[in-house]
Amino acid sequence: MSSIWLTLPVVLSLSTALTIFFVRRKALSVEWLSGTSVVLNLIVAVFLTQNTISDGIQVVAFGQWQAPFGIVFVADHFSAAMVMITAIIGAISVFYAMADLRLKPSYGSYHALMHMLLAGVYGAFLTGDIFNLYVWFEVMLIASFGLMVLDATKAQIDGAVKYVMLNLISTLVFLLAIGLLYGATGTLNLADLNSKASTNDPGINMMLSALFLFAFSIKAALFPLFTWLPASYHNLPSGVVALFAALLTKVGVYAIVRIFTLVFPLVESGWQPTLIWVAALTMLTGVLGAASQFDIKKILSFHIISQIGYMIMGLAIYTPLALAGAIFYIVHHIIVKANLFLIGGFIERKYGSSQLAQLGGVYKTMPWLAFLFLVPAFSLAGFPPLSGFWGKFLVIKSSLQTEYYWLAATALLVGLLTTFSMTKIWSETFWKKPEVDNTARALPANVQWLYCIPIVVLTTLTLIIGLVAEPFYQFSVQAAEQLLNPDGYIQAVLGGKA
Amino acid sequence: MEIVWSVVVGVFVAAGIYLMLEKHILRLLFGIMLLSSAVNLAIFTAGRLTPGELPLIDSQALLPPENAANPLPQALILTAIVIGFGLLIFALMLFYRAYKETDSADVDNMPDSKEGQ
Repeated sequence: MSSIWLTLPVVLSLSTALTIFFVRRKALSVEWLSGTSVVLNLIVAVFLTQNTISDGIQVVAFGQWQAPFGIVFVADHFSAAMVMITAIIGAISVFYAMADLRLKPSYGSYHALMHMLLAGVYGAFLTGDIFNLYVWFEVMLIASFGLMVLDATKAQIDGAVKYVMLNLISTLVFLLAIGLLYGATGTLNLADLNSKASTNDPGINMMLSALFLFAFSIKAALFPLFTWLPASYHNLPSGVVALFAALLTKVGVYAIVRIFTLVFPLVESGWQPTLIWVAALTMLTGVLGAASQFDIKKILSFHIISQIGYMIMGLAIYTPLALAGAIFYIVHHIIVKANLFLIGGFIERKYGSSQLAQLGGVYKTMPWLAFLFLVPAFSLAGFPPLSGFWGKFLVIKSSLQTEYYWLAATALLVGLLTTFSMTKIWSETFWKKPEVDNTARALPANVQWLYCIPIVVLTTLTLIIGLVAEPFYQFSVQAAEQLLNPDGYIQAVLGGKA
Repeated sequence: MEIVWSVVVGVFVAAGIYLMLEKHILRLLFGIMLLSSAVNLAIFTAGRLTPGELPLIDSQALLPPENAANPLPQALILTAIVIGFGLLIFALMLFYRAYKETDSADVDNMPDSKEGQ
């Protein structure tokens, strides 16, 4: 009964979300339910990853309807890794929220919506059916809408209007693409689509892949469709924005990688040159946008965009090494980005602002926090031996191997500019003498601990991935091989008659 | 038949996009609504139109009759309508709230995420 590990993450999160909704006014029971659920999910994710490594690709068909007719959940290395990292971020968010959001009236709803969001994310990572992917996208989207307007302040509603509009458009285009793809192939199963889509007229495939690329580009905040992200993220409470920054755009990236390896292999689809340009421009605009900002959360929001560029660069180069680099990068980025937002949120809570001009001298009061900031910040910029270095090293090495020299140069330049942004936060927040009188608010010891434990855990993970990179690298290489050679996936889903 | 419906979808999309380019926030919503109906119709049309043949399997037969309508696109549309309805209601409430907060239904007059605040 190993198939249970595939369905449990979704089932567990959905049922937790429902239960919490009914007890949302009782903070203590909400915390117990929420905490238990994320810890259980963590265990489930470990078993799932374990099984995928030892027994190969895991498949479960719902209601005994065999693929390609029924809906299947599939876990290959890539999916398992994403589920694992989602479980980690879910757990981190729950414990961080206990410190960050506890006093808000929306606290219970936050937990309910967060589990709903996690269910959508797990579903999107695990499903092997493209219409089901749409449904999980919607589950995730509706939950994220709710989280976006949690406080219902004017600023949040302004940001949410843009977020909702652009995401609705993306959703409709995605749905249209699915409908037309079904019309052209007669199937919705991703594994089945692999062979059916390749016999299509090239013109039809060109149009369909353009629609998918457009829809997912909005979700993943690729150039030039990223504007909703910096417009909406910085108004959110830190516990929420860490969750969003870590997971939402990455689901878009996951979908692009899945569709453009399994359904429309990138090289045949003819979108490779475009995607390479998109990757370079995404990296550049993101980092340049960040350079012009003077608010911790805004700087970090722009950096999400620039980091997405590296992942797409890995996909666009489309060699096993590059794809392994992209997967490694996604895992590293989720941890580091969430951590930076958590630290930013902690500083904001302590000093009442995330504006660089209002901050200063944090090093004096909390030198340990400065160290905890330095690790993810340098990891983001790609300093050896931290996790970001290996991710960047892999994608840049593969771009040199495939002779995209200008792309490698862009990636290196963006790394340099990232260092600039990080040192800007560092010197303004930690070193500078505060210009305005700004004393740190005293927080109760247990709240302070709840803030710090997630940060410490994520920093440790960054260090582990950086210092013991070999097993993570091997895992990414295997995941990339499964993606580039989908026969194993197809065989696992369709049972050998591929 | 398919041609006619394709034209209808095209007109819907054109009208939807035209509305979404307007400044009034309610027109944005109407644009999205038209677009979502257009997409549903497109799925319906892409699933082939076979009028008059029900996809019911006779009690003796194992398969539905030749040329029977394809029930799957309709199932897809049904799901999409339900989801779309929820999203639209949320968007309507959100836009109404944005209108209340900013006292303006003109997207250009909304304060945006002002730089530097």
